[in-house]
Amino acid sequence: MEQQNPQANAPETQTNPDAGTTPSPTATALQRQNAAWVVEVVQSLGETTIIVPREHIATVCGFLKATPGLEFNFLSDVCGFDRGPEAEPRFEVNYHLFSTTKHHRVRLKVVVDENDAHVPSVTGVWRTANWHERETYDLFGVIFDDHPDLRRILLPDDWQGHALRKDFPLRGYEPYSLE
Amino acid sequence: MSAAVNIPPQFEIVDQPLDTQMTISMGPQHPSTHGVLRLELVLDGEMVVKATPDIGYLHTGMEKLFEYRKYQQGIVITDRMDYLNPLGNNLAYVMAVEKLLQLEIPERAQTIRVLFCELQRIASHLVWLGTHALDIGAMTVFFYAFREREKILNLIEAASGGRLTPSYFRIGGLMMDVPAGFERRVQQFLNDFPHAVKEFHTLVTGNRIFQKRTQGIGYISATDAIDWGLSGPSLRGSGIDVDVRRTNPYCGYETYDFEVPVEQDCDVWARYMVRMREMTESHRIVVQALARLKPGPVKADAPKVVLPDREAMKTHMDALIHHFLIVAEGFDVPAGEVYHAIEGSKGELGVYIKSIGGPKPARVHFRGPSFVNLSALPHIARGEMIADVVAIIGSLDIVLGEIDR
Repeated sequence: MEQQNPQANAPETQTNPDAGTTPSPTATALQRQNAAWVVEVVQSLGETTIIVPREHIATVCGFLKATPGLEFNFLSDVCGFDRGPEAEPRFEVNYHLFSTTKHHRVRLKVVVDENDAHVPSVTGVWRTANWHERETYDLFGVIFDDHPDLRRILLPDDWQGHALRKDFPLRGYEPYSLE
Repeated sequence: MSAAVNIPPQFEIVDQPLDTQMTISMGPQHPSTHGVLRLELVLDGEMVVKATPDIGYLHTGMEKLFEYRKYQQGIVITDRMDYLNPLGNNLAYVMAVEKLLQLEIPERAQTIRVLFCELQRIASHLVWLGTHALDIGAMTVFFYAFREREKILNLIEAASGGRLTPSYFRIGGLMMDVPAGFERRVQQFLNDFPHAVKEFHTLVTGNRIFQKRTQGIGYISATDAIDWGLSGPSLRGSGIDVDVRRTNPYCGYETYDFEVPVEQDCDVWARYMVRMREMTESHRIVVQALARLKPGPVKADAPKVVLPDREAMKTHMDALIHHFLIVAEGFDVPAGEVYHAIEGSKGELGVYIKSIGGPKPARVHFRGPSFVNLSALPHIARGEMIADVVAIIGSLDIVLGEIDR
């Protein structure tokens, strides 16, 4: 309950510490804790992207949520991206984190291959990840290990294929038929 | 007894009370599910043991469609997501693209965007108020709320030509400037609105039946609300003071004087009070935005992105060339990825756009606040009475167009 009622006007005049050209404090904190957690840090357009090895993603999220000063207690969004059938690794999974006390944001990115599209679930860190991960599974076919209820969410249960993959045609594989 | 005779033999007639749990399907045609939401309810008597939302009835593959359309064509798709807050969707999308292009938006366009977004927030909250009260059994307020909303839709129509699908914000500014006499019409609305809010309070807030139906119902603690990713009025009803307009200001919101309403009760009533107070605050912002409107350009100075004026096309060759290229081929957006969040009427509306160059996005993803807020329903509805599920859905203010996309 300690994150209740944060000051609307934070004492720092700079509202987004990740903005600008200075190295991101989030990435620095992660690297200091465990260098294996960070593959690459990209800073562009005022946003920080940290590429995390997939086996560490749940641990990194737990660390970012619990560490004082970072306090990423709010998972805004999880979304997938398909680089195309030829690309290797093929899929990206983006996690957009926000802090309701520090008001900063960060993006974590995990890249996985098509043949082994498994990512550890972060539902143990934030329960809101449940539906986001189901959506990513439904539309991209990325499997989230240890997810409590990994079913399709937007498309019907008997749907064939994953609709947001680049090799899935816009109008489906076959013409619509009532047969 | 004569009716029972006509029942076909394959149906078993049960005239004993059930002592086991019962599973019923609520929706997708149920009027209080605000569209096509189906809930699978496991009931013990009238108590909800488990509520499982079943969504996707309105899924039309909008995120897929974005990848096949040019950036400027995507604006039209955003209108159809959260159809009660289309200008908010427009804003989130165009601001994300503008961030990729690093465009500067003129002052007047920013002010008009703020003005319209706040009007749209009031309109969205009015639909919520009318339908929420209607679900609980108060029918009258629906007509009063829609009367006020009509005035806002007329203003949006006057500027953009569309009532529900305005597509008014464009990449680099606005579709066109507001018509002559627009300020006077907004002023008329602003003069009338405080009285209307007073009417709503008289009709609903003091109503003891409404209070009994909402107070202490649908409790979600502050910690749980953050854990479930609630945002907007639903989060602020649990005592968390987070508003994207304050925490990550955009469009110059940091220069406006307004309050972020927060209630501590964590129930349906608290979420009701937050939205009612928000309408008054939005009214305050519109008053300030209207006072700030100074003549000036409403489109950014970026001829390769922003469509030229009609008159310029008739006199300048390069304007005609730019127009042809933008319409026929689109404009190149540099490779990169952005996540831009705004405070929509229902919560944090985030847009993730990934560009790999070229005139079409590689991926557009909408973080719909309704989608996330609805995902918390099983947690909130657990242990409540079945009649209160309707009140809880109303208090989360969901729009299925945005959930299913």
